[in-house]
Amino acid sequence: MKKQKLIVIGNGMAGIRTVEELLKIAPDAYDITVFGAEPHCNYNRILLSPVLAGEKKLDDIILNDDAWYETNGITLHKGRTVTEINRRRRLVRTEDGMEASYDRLLLATGSMPFMLPVPGKDLLGVVGFRDIRDVELMLQASEKYRHAVVIGGGLLGLEAANGLKKRGMTVTVVHLLDTLMERQLDKPAANLLKRALQESGLDFRMEAQTEAILGQNRVTGVRFKDGSEIPADLVVMAVGIRPNVDLAKSAGIHCERGILVNDTLQTFDPRIYAVGECVQHRRQLFGLVAPLFEQAKVCANHLAEYGIARYEGSVTSTKLKVTGIDLFSAGEFQGGNGYEELLFQDPARGVYKKLVVESNRIKGAVLYGDTGDGAWYFQMMRDGTDISAFRENILFGQAHLGDSGHGAENHAALMPDTAEVCGCNGVCKKTIVDSIVQKKLFTLEDVRAHTKASASCGSCTGLVEQILQSTLGSDYSVSPAKKPLCKCTDRTHEEVREAIRAENLKTIPVVMQFLDWKTADGCHSCRPALNYYLLCQWPDEYRDDPQSRFINERAHANIQKDGTYSVVPRIWGGVTNPQELRAIADVAEKFAVPTVKITGGQRIDLLGVPREQLPAVWAELGKHGLVSGHAYGKSLRTVKTCVGKEWCRFGTQDSTKMGIDLEKMTWGSWTPAKVKMAVSGCPRNCAEATIKDFGVVAVDSGWELHVGGNGGVKVRATDFLCKIDTDDEVKEYCGAYMQLYREEARYLERTAHWIERVGLAYVKQRIVDDPEGRKALHQRFLDSQKNAQVDPWAELAKESERGQFMPLRKVG
Amino acid sequence: MSDWIEIGLLEDIPPQGSRIVETAFGNIAVFRTVEDRVFAVRDHCPHKGGPLSQGIVHGNRVTCPLHNWTISLESGEAVAPDSGCTRTYSVKVEAGRVYLGRPSEAAGG
Repeated sequence: MKKQKLIVIGNGMAGIRTVEELLKIAPDAYDITVFGAEPHCNYNRILLSPVLAGEKKLDDIILNDDAWYETNGITLHKGRTVTEINRRRRLVRTEDGMEASYDRLLLATGSMPFMLPVPGKDLLGVVGFRDIRDVELMLQASEKYRHAVVIGGGLLGLEAANGLKKRGMTVTVVHLLDTLMERQLDKPAANLLKRALQESGLDFRMEAQTEAILGQNRVTGVRFKDGSEIPADLVVMAVGIRPNVDLAKSAGIHCERGILVNDTLQTFDPRIYAVGECVQHRRQLFGLVAPLFEQAKVCANHLAEYGIARYEGSVTSTKLKVTGIDLFSAGEFQGGNGYEELLFQDPARGVYKKLVVESNRIKGAVLYGDTGDGAWYFQMMRDGTDISAFRENILFGQAHLGDSGHGAENHAALMPDTAEVCGCNGVCKKTIVDSIVQKKLFTLEDVRAHTKASASCGSCTGLVEQILQSTLGSDYSVSPAKKPLCKCTDRTHEEVREAIRAENLKTIPVVMQFLDWKTADGCHSCRPALNYYLLCQWPDEYRDDPQSRFINERAHANIQKDGTYSVVPRIWGGVTNPQELRAIADVAEKFAVPTVKITGGQRIDLLGVPREQLPAVWAELGKHGLVSGHAYGKSLRTVKTCVGKEWCRFGTQDSTKMGIDLEKMTWGSWTPAKVKMAVSGCPRNCAEATIKDFGVVAVDSGWELHVGGNGGVKVRATDFLCKIDTDDEVKEYCGAYMQLYREEARYLERTAHWIERVGLAYVKQRIVDDPEGRKALHQRFLDSQKNAQVDPWAELAKESERGQFMPLRKVG
Repeated sequence: MSDWIEIGLLEDIPPQGSRIVETAFGNIAVFRTVEDRVFAVRDHCPHKGGPLSQGIVHGNRVTCPLHNWTISLESGEAVAPDSGCTRTYSVKVEAGRVYLGRPSEAAGG
């Protein structure tokens, strides 16, 4: 089949990112031709500020060099401006008369600096701040002249002013309003910023309206409405940008302020798409890079004719790229209007933090001087996290929530280059920064793939995000709020589960087919997730797919670094007896098990068992009534107990029996991630129930229930769920909680993260406040347990099953 | 001596799964994909030596169970940005039987 022809007008970040996304998913769909008005390859426009300031060189900011276009078979016309689109004949024509035809057209014409319509705006030495040429003009001026005036105290203007000052000019920033960066900052933060910039040597003329730019041939000064004048050899106009719509307009494509596009980035003409700063989407215009990248992804999806992605707008955050100034802004930062404001001010340290909150959800944030928690606030803002549980401490930052754990370092900017960021994979800060710069990485996922930082336990994710942010400034593209399940699909976990339920999808291939999976049979991320979701939704019908389970759950043992396995029999409530201990000892001797270890969950671990021996080991243990402890699964692990009132002089209830009862009820259940429980016999809490997924603490009058604890990477103490009176209630609440978690958490999401996402209030509402709902959840849990409580070891130790653990053949 | 050794039936290998063949030079993992294509590679991840035979098989690739490196079964190469390579062996299926090209140490095992 003949390839279709795609023409891209605009060789900038949005257009080329769309091409890159398209090549990823449909490399052979189009013959691609790119027209760019500038005589350069695609470069990182946002890094022009550091180039101006002398912190980066031009070569450093090239994103795609000539070789890239060539390797990917893309025809690039640099320095050729398209002046006409003939939609009827599907042709574009350039200024110099070249014609090219298209099947699909992508407009990525970007924006132009808005030049104030004042006398003198066309004089020599008056420039915008948009492209490499502008930067070159500024650099030339900085070598010959002294006085620079920057009109516009927004993000771009301040970065320009900072750069010119670093180049040795005296710089005055002229701003129409009394607040710098008023689109990102409130007044107190803007005042702190102004003070810091003044101290670094910038002059400001606030609330000043420019009336004329003076000079004959070259600019010599600026005059204001009040009649005052200041000298100027260079004037930078940075009062805003205006979408470049002239070409689209002349072709009769519907435009308002920008080119109008729908949620698929399609213009009024269905063959023509548009992305980037030239578009207007749901009345919004765009000036930051993160939304452009999200648009690029969606647009590529439609150009590839997948037709499922939608762009529904972006939530963005901003950071000023001026060295030494720490500033972060996101969302509805102004407050007022029925919003609540949480404030922290320490003028002496130059720290200001404001969170704008509505119904206990973050709507916006301004941080100045201490932006370490910006990424955390932003994450909660995009996820709509309920902050009521820690609202009183939220302004002190994530590190002060009362929980702690690995990852005490929380200020990436202050870390030396040699500091280790990722403790699992031994990645230091410099390695991450170098990869971001040299390999042009923009997202957390990219950094993970290339450096492995934060790719294992994930506890340094916040730090890595901070490093991305401080290295890239506003270039930093946060992971989209709507996070797909994996790279094989654009659907979220919730969308997939809903489709399984609503459309009665009952096998993995059917789910993949129905939801247009991009790969034939998924990957190691989505297959286990789908297997779990199907198992959870259809407990009576679904046939578990071992090939879609991680090896530990397939082999019912934990794989070790040398390829051998560890075997952990279940020891109910941590209570054992001489017969069981003898059986374990006999097995360890008979099979020459190299290491026997007591685990943290009150059990015994036999380490170093070769795969071929597993069935024999299980059979031997099974003879003495020992069954699988599921120490390897996303499932109920252990119920840790203390000895309780049977022995302990402080014990108030029989915690051991309660632990055994809970374990008998919940063992064998598959869950989104591992689940650990504990029962303590009194508030001294020797079983450490307050760092478990479900913790029970006995008090004299009954039982306290605690949920969402975690003792691993990041210690999280449980939230108190409720207090109840009877043993039966403990079981009912436990079953209901398990089932709610099973039905609603995302695969691999521990209860701690799930509760932080949905909020304790929600879990309380479902488990505590709604007795009918609780009983129904508990019943569903018991129903699903009917098929789940089969000892997998006994099954796999049968003669008929043993073959799969043996080599197919021995050769030579 | 024949260059092909019969190692078993295709149905002995689960689809999207693997079985191993023990040799004097170490284990060889024989994979069967969802489309019933069969591949053989050294059962040793180029990263930290993990047993690839125990990984999740997707498309013509396998993900190592130890640290999630993904290895192409066709070439033995790690999928970018990871880099490394494990040895591949010739393998064929005839009338439902799987044959492995005779492995040798000289070939790099």
